[in-house]
Amino acid sequence: MEWETVIGLEIHAQLSTKSKLFSGSSIEYGQEPNTQANVVDLAMPGVLPVLNAEAVRMAAMFGLAIGAPIGRGNVFARKNYFYPDLPQGYQISQFDKPIVELGHIDITLEDGETKRVGVTRAHLEQDAGKSLHEDFAGMTGIDLNRSGTPLLEIVSEPDMRSAKEAVAYMKKIHELVQYLGINDGNLQEGSFRCDANVSVRPKGQEEFGTRAELKNINSFKFVERAINIEVERQIDLIEDGGSVVQETRLYDPDKNETRSMRSKEEANDYRYFPDPDLLPIEITDEFLEEVRKTLPELPGVKFKRFVEEYDLSEYDAGVLTANIATADYFESVAKSADAKLAANWITGELSSHLNKEDLSINDSPVNAAMLTGLIKRIEDKTISGKIAKQVFEAMWNAEGGTDESAADKVIDAKGLKQITDSGAIESIIDEIIANNPAQVEQFQSGKDKVFGFFVGQVMKASQGKANPAQVNQMLKDKLST
Amino acid sequence: MSLTPEEVKKIAFLARLAIKEESIEQYSEDLSGILHLVDQMDAANVEDIEPMAHPQDAMQRLRKDEVTEINQREKLMENAPATENGLFLVPKVLD
Repeated sequence: MEWETVIGLEIHAQLSTKSKLFSGSSIEYGQEPNTQANVVDLAMPGVLPVLNAEAVRMAAMFGLAIGAPIGRGNVFARKNYFYPDLPQGYQISQFDKPIVELGHIDITLEDGETKRVGVTRAHLEQDAGKSLHEDFAGMTGIDLNRSGTPLLEIVSEPDMRSAKEAVAYMKKIHELVQYLGINDGNLQEGSFRCDANVSVRPKGQEEFGTRAELKNINSFKFVERAINIEVERQIDLIEDGGSVVQETRLYDPDKNETRSMRSKEEANDYRYFPDPDLLPIEITDEFLEEVRKTLPELPGVKFKRFVEEYDLSEYDAGVLTANIATADYFESVAKSADAKLAANWITGELSSHLNKEDLSINDSPVNAAMLTGLIKRIEDKTISGKIAKQVFEAMWNAEGGTDESAADKVIDAKGLKQITDSGAIESIIDEIIANNPAQVEQFQSGKDKVFGFFVGQVMKASQGKANPAQVNQMLKDKLST
Repeated sequence: MSLTPEEVKKIAFLARLAIKEESIEQYSEDLSGILHLVDQMDAANVEDIEPMAHPQDAMQRLRKDEVTEINQREKLMENAPATENGLFLVPKVLD
């Protein structure tokens, strides 16, 4: 039988605020345990939550970016469950009146097609603390620094039909929240987390199959693998006469398998109700207008502008707009140097160096000013593209300083200036011709291939500095006389 | 309506309350009484009335995004029965 996969994702994006959702504690990552947890975060008796305005603004911004209505009187609700890293005994979340209602986002599939994915809702909620299960004399350690950190839970419609589509959607949301500056995109530190609801159904069947929820799959690679392995498991199970149980499953990347975490039937009774400690959040037209003004240029718009304004290929524009740091870097270079050269250098030499050393573009040893200086020297023919790679390498290794003059300093220090003086090139050519009579004869008897040999010799003799176009022209003239 | 003993047990479990088997009937009666009281509200005509999320007719006040709290770990931990390396210790949980 042919099967169809149905996937919906729940993404938890930690909002880039300074303080928590309901308290003035810092949310900075990696601090000493329990040093950023105050009486509210610890749920001491009698404390009251006070809502962070910035979290509301960020959530509204996300809603506007996905074309969703913003809930005018959205409401916080209590989701009740007991766990030691949740001292309140309930999580303050949103239930039937979320801040962001139905929106959508367009993803690009492998074949270049665009697919629209529905975003059911996005709501504000507080994060829980961390349980550390290492052995503390048979007890569990609790760190509440994360308790109360603001999250935006972004829930998709079950619109994805393959693991690849799910990853494309996840990347798109990941890119968007960083563009908006509402999330730092750090999957390793857990500021961007993803759960996947996965089910299968016979192709053509309207009704959804029973789904399993895959928890905390925290890399793009693992999302794809986890979904694929889960789909395989479900199909095998059904084809062997079994049936899928609705449950939470954990992906184990080492064994590449999913396994049941717990049966949630009983525990799943969250008894949501409106939190009496919090009033509805007012969203006014004026507020939304203010937020709309602060919306940055979104990835899709930037992509189109790059293609038109800088005459870039769609491929290059796609790579350059994939994250806002790269897009900004590019624009910074392209404002005073050739845009196509800038695109080539960023997607080529710079990317491969960054990948090799696993650096982000913000940490690149060659900054935008330095690359601008380098490209200007290619443009004015001071150096050839080949020599430019040497200069780039030197700048990467911290030679020449960190401003736009770095390339010039490297070129001077290493004597890499291109030779465009035709007299100088001519004397090199004459010498090469005089020293290689056999090859000259071959060329003149019609063996065109030998021409490359001469070019190579001249370039070698000039240590790569002779202007290649001039060398070609002059060699042609000399050899055919 | 009247709650079954199973429902009473489930409610107690969800609230992590230990109740004695012999008290279940009493709980069932008491809880059913409360539900009955609430049920009477169903008689009210609420057509065209927007449900309120809160009895107070007001909107949430917001706080500026500022870190105002300082580290008070030592003080806050004085109440904890067990701590180690800056962590609160609780009976082992696995899941």
